[in-house]
Amino acid sequence: MITVLALLASLLPAFGAAVTFAGGRDVRHVKFWSTAPVAAAFVLTLIVALDHGTGGTSVRGWTIGTAGDYSISVGARVSGLSALTAVLVAGVALCVQVFSASYLGGEPRYASYAALISLFTAAMLTVVYAPDLIVLLVGWEIMGACSYFLIGHYWEKPEARSASIKAFLMTKAGDVPFLFGIIALGVQAHSFQIFVVLQAAHNDVYDHPGWIAALLLCGVLGKSAQFPLHSWLPDAMAGPTPISALIHAATMVAAGIYVVALLYPIFALAPDVLIAMAVIAAITMCGAALCALAQTDVKKILAYSTVSQLAYMLGGLSVGGRSQAMYLLLVHGAFKALLFLAAGVVIHRVGSNELSAMGGLRFRMPITYGTMTIGLLALAGIPPFSGFFGKEGVLGAAFDASGEFAAPGKIVLTFGLITAGITAAYALRMWLGIFHGPFPDAPQEHEARVEAPQTELIPLILLAIPAAALGVVVLFGSDFSKALGGWYGESGSLLGSSAADLWPGGFTTLLSLLFALGFGTLVFLAWRRNPQADPAVTLLGPARGLLLNGFYFDRVIALALVRPTRAAARLVAYLDTNVLDAYVRGSGVGARGLGTMLRRLQTGSVQFYLTCLFLGVVIMAAVYAYVGTVS
Amino acid sequence: MHAVYPLVLGALLFAIGLYGVLARRSAIAVLMAIELLLNAVTLNLVSFGAILRDQYGMGQIFTLFIITIAAAETGLGLAIVLLLYRQRATSDLGEQRELAEPVEPYDSDELLAVDEVEAGAAR
Repeated sequence: MITVLALLASLLPAFGAAVTFAGGRDVRHVKFWSTAPVAAAFVLTLIVALDHGTGGTSVRGWTIGTAGDYSISVGARVSGLSALTAVLVAGVALCVQVFSASYLGGEPRYASYAALISLFTAAMLTVVYAPDLIVLLVGWEIMGACSYFLIGHYWEKPEARSASIKAFLMTKAGDVPFLFGIIALGVQAHSFQIFVVLQAAHNDVYDHPGWIAALLLCGVLGKSAQFPLHSWLPDAMAGPTPISALIHAATMVAAGIYVVALLYPIFALAPDVLIAMAVIAAITMCGAALCALAQTDVKKILAYSTVSQLAYMLGGLSVGGRSQAMYLLLVHGAFKALLFLAAGVVIHRVGSNELSAMGGLRFRMPITYGTMTIGLLALAGIPPFSGFFGKEGVLGAAFDASGEFAAPGKIVLTFGLITAGITAAYALRMWLGIFHGPFPDAPQEHEARVEAPQTELIPLILLAIPAAALGVVVLFGSDFSKALGGWYGESGSLLGSSAADLWPGGFTTLLSLLFALGFGTLVFLAWRRNPQADPAVTLLGPARGLLLNGFYFDRVIALALVRPTRAAARLVAYLDTNVLDAYVRGSGVGARGLGTMLRRLQTGSVQFYLTCLFLGVVIMAAVYAYVGTVS
Repeated sequence: MHAVYPLVLGALLFAIGLYGVLARRSAIAVLMAIELLLNAVTLNLVSFGAILRDQYGMGQIFTLFIITIAAAETGLGLAIVLLLYRQRATSDLGEQRELAEPVEPYDSDELLAVDEVEAGAAR
């Protein structure tokens, strides 16, 4: 029964997208058909999650065709993991649709935008509920395409166009190895059904699981924007803000993490890949957090923060903290969507993305101020907000890691603690920069309120509730892990005492709070000295330019990949026009040249023709006579 | 009489006629050379008719035909020459070059240029 509901939940937004597209430009029609199916899907996912409880895995599939020896089936697979993730996806998508209805409702391309969001939601739910790796891949690629269209929503802006192409290419660079990984899994397990694949991992039938895990990891790095495929995400901020909230904070980038958690037994078979994962996570979380500290564009701060937080989740997965990482994924989805939507409200009122154009907004936009404060506190990991428990869960898992997880554990713990400090620093800098200090244009702080319309504030408040209160989950200890289910999708109640406890441990909590407090104090002191200046300028000094440009990573890519590719393309073009075409042209020129030569024989003198004819006859006769005598 | 005399005479006549057809410029001279050619052939026909003792006299019959046709041909040819002279005030065959293929200068550089123009249009 719940599988049918799950399938329905993933199909409803797709239906909504089709109706929205078909309906044309009537704004009321678009608003209804973009919001209502997503709302229905959200209710369905909630029912599925509640009905599922701590049960095992229910699968129902209908075979739709065969691919060689393998059959492909559509349907739904509900495990604890997918049920919980689906609630996050549908919930955030609903908030974003409601928010967009007023935020972008007046824009000319609102209809296609809303339809694409619905389609995107359907694709993400397909990924989450997929019973089959091929179906999962289909959803995965539809998401990539929707992301491309939505980043390029303002296609009249050149940076939006290049950002959409960049996002598409970079995620595809990861998707190609991902496809090969999936094929390797399916071929070796003799089926693409996820439960068969997981069972095969349990029975250890895979040859070279390390290579398969590495191939899958490439796709995850691309989708979840991890080093070295991370730089598309900050550029993707050229799209509308609600899109950033939906795709680039809560859902699409979470798909990579979700897939790692889904296929976790395969990664657990490959300790080397776990270490690589930990190193990548460490580089990404620390580097991205530093970049976030230096950015001046509010959305780019949040984008780098997303990259950093996703690295936290990947780090949690690399140390065996599957439940902790998924918990962080859920709370991060809530508070990051909140932060993006709140930033969108601020940007609309101020009319600029730049932090320097903001300030002193706490009296003018009290509700935005309150909700965004909750989001930033959760991001910074201040108890008792949800982000604190998510972060502590990961750090605790890294601290407790043993066996094959011990080496990644040390890496993730070290860099995780540093990142916790930097996260608090940039969250505080952003909070102070937007809401405190003087407003640059108007010196009087107590001016008229410029609060956003109610339809935009309701999603903010709705998202602030889980961002603030999802921490209560840890009061139930290991219940979250049990609801999530085991590695192989088995029922959580079977896990018993091995289920991870999310209650924050003593030592790492103390350390991370100290780090957060220390870095936060630094920012606060720098801000106190001069509230109008950017604290990052004083704190980072000469390194600021480097961080502002994301470690010049784009230039490195340009040097290492783009320029050689362009040079190779030029070479190919040169070879094509000057070597290959030369043969073609040469045959034409040669034929014409020969023709010109023959033409010179056509003198028009009949006597000359006759002479030639006669000579020909003589030669033929001579040859004939000679051949006759020889034979 | 030995058979070689008429045959050599025929060959000589043919050679002279051939020279006249191929080398002379005057249209009248060419017509006369054609007559020589025909006569060389008729001489051969008659000689071989005698040598092979042809009881039906095929060689002689053909010779009569050829003489008839040659007369007609000469009349026709002279009419053409007359028309030619009337139209062009000359009967010099060396100047009648209307059948020549005009050789325009069309070298590889020009070909390249044409290719580029076509490629530009395609783009």
